[in-house]
Amino acid sequence: MISPLAVVLGVFLVMPIVMIVIVSFWRATEFSIIPAFVFENYEFLFGSPVTYTVFLNTFKYAILTWIFTFLIGFTVAYFLAFHVRTQTWQIALFLLCTIPFWTSNIIRMISWIPFLGRNGIANSTLISWGVIDEPLEWLLFSDFSVVLAFVHLYTLFMVVPIFNTMMRIDKSLIEAARDAGATGAQILWNVILPLTKPGIMIGTIFVVTLVMGDFFTVRIMSGSQSANVGRLISNDIALLQYPSASATAIVLLATVLIVIGILLRFVDIRKEL
Amino acid sequence: MEPRSRSFYVLSVFFALFMLFLYGPTLTIGILSFQGEGGGLTFPMRGTSLHWFRELFEQQAVGDIWGSFRRSFILGLMVMVTTVVVSIMGGLAFRKKFPGSTILFYLIITALVIPSILISLGVGLMFSQAGWTVHWSTSGFGAQLTWTLPFGLLIMFAVFNRFNKSYEEAARDQGATAWQTIRHVVLPIIAPSLLGVALFGFTLSYDEFARTLLTSGSRNTLPLEIYGMTTNVTTPVLYALGTLTTIFSLLVIGTFIVITLGLARKRAKAGSDAGKGMV
Repeated sequence: MISPLAVVLGVFLVMPIVMIVIVSFWRATEFSIIPAFVFENYEFLFGSPVTYTVFLNTFKYAILTWIFTFLIGFTVAYFLAFHVRTQTWQIALFLLCTIPFWTSNIIRMISWIPFLGRNGIANSTLISWGVIDEPLEWLLFSDFSVVLAFVHLYTLFMVVPIFNTMMRIDKSLIEAARDAGATGAQILWNVILPLTKPGIMIGTIFVVTLVMGDFFTVRIMSGSQSANVGRLISNDIALLQYPSASATAIVLLATVLIVIGILLRFVDIRKEL
Repeated sequence: MEPRSRSFYVLSVFFALFMLFLYGPTLTIGILSFQGEGGGLTFPMRGTSLHWFRELFEQQAVGDIWGSFRRSFILGLMVMVTTVVVSIMGGLAFRKKFPGSTILFYLIITALVIPSILISLGVGLMFSQAGWTVHWSTSGFGAQLTWTLPFGLLIMFAVFNRFNKSYEEAARDQGATAWQTIRHVVLPIIAPSLLGVALFGFTLSYDEFARTLLTSGSRNTLPLEIYGMTTNVTTPVLYALGTLTTIFSLLVIGTFIVITLGLARKRAKAGSDAGKGMV
């Protein structure tokens, strides 16, 4: 029963990772890669100040995106789970939240361009209201638009697990808290939030790994003006510098796995499904 | 029923704004794809026309759109069927502990969280070093499975965690073979969730981009074609394509929802007559 799964993951997950580890010790010339066992790719990577800037930038995107997706995702899930009263409406509104997830990410990114551009809707509206005199340049092709696109793409990954955990909270706990005299805010902070922690953790794992592993959102939305680790890798790939790309990829994978390792200490995924 | 609190109204407005945030941009490019012939990528509209849609149907204008659509569609179906079958088998197997089950579980989680570009790079390197040619139906297909299978399996784990085993026991007690139990008892019960797995399998493959980048070979899938267009196409033809492929996705999603609802209705009708006094 398990062999097809094991074969797919073995051939298309384990072997590629092994391959990347091997190639990260190879040498590269301008047009070919040569088997070797050298550490120069890693030496170059850790010796270059660009690496540290780019990794910092990657963490910055991850943290900013996490803050916004968590705040929005938690609020939306809370509304759906505790304020929408009939199950039919809950399902309908929940579906409405998930539908964009099944459509193209690239199209959803591109669709911000007419909104944020120099002559875009945001700028012309603000000008006509008299809020600003000149178009804001930082709306598109900036860190702002990158984080905005991340939040737009990935908030769903917070909504779904948080909503899922909230639906399993025993409603009588909330009544008990109310009977004991807790205010709405106190119930939210002392009852709902702690009980929702597993969902928040799963959402966090999704959002953080998706943002840290991204390379094309940053490229499209920053107009190639910002970099994260993913872009570092894809630039090396474009230049056929596979050993160098591999070394960076291994360091990125290690970083992501460490972050997840820390997050997994707070939640048992198998129990939460 | 108690009256609505004030926070309900505040949260409703928040939710509505979230919907606007979610769908607004897509609707904008939907409108802009009807831009007049002289119009550009932003408002104002210079008249309305179907010009940009017509351009899509002229092959030479913007690359091989229809060829890439066909490839994406076929690949989506391949990934969908494989994801459903492998997820059912995996879900059934994971109900019992077996040697290596913990390792395999963590591999599934790894497949989900690994940066996509590593799959692209790794599969690409592996194929080139082994002397195989990358092709969307081999390396691309496998690379996409590493993204769709974890979703399918997680859904299956959730389903089987809630599955009442006494149905199977009843079937077995009445002399059903292992296969008959699965075919006539387990599969019909989990059918709606399988539709969900199929929807994930198809749409995630149809839109997948990062894992197909270095693994699809010389012939592009549709998302790769669109990605290429973002750098060199500066006319609303990009929006027209975006609108069409979004409509296609919505049709696929709608079909799945309709089938699921139909299945639920049929079940309600043919469901249990317990307690209705019929003998």
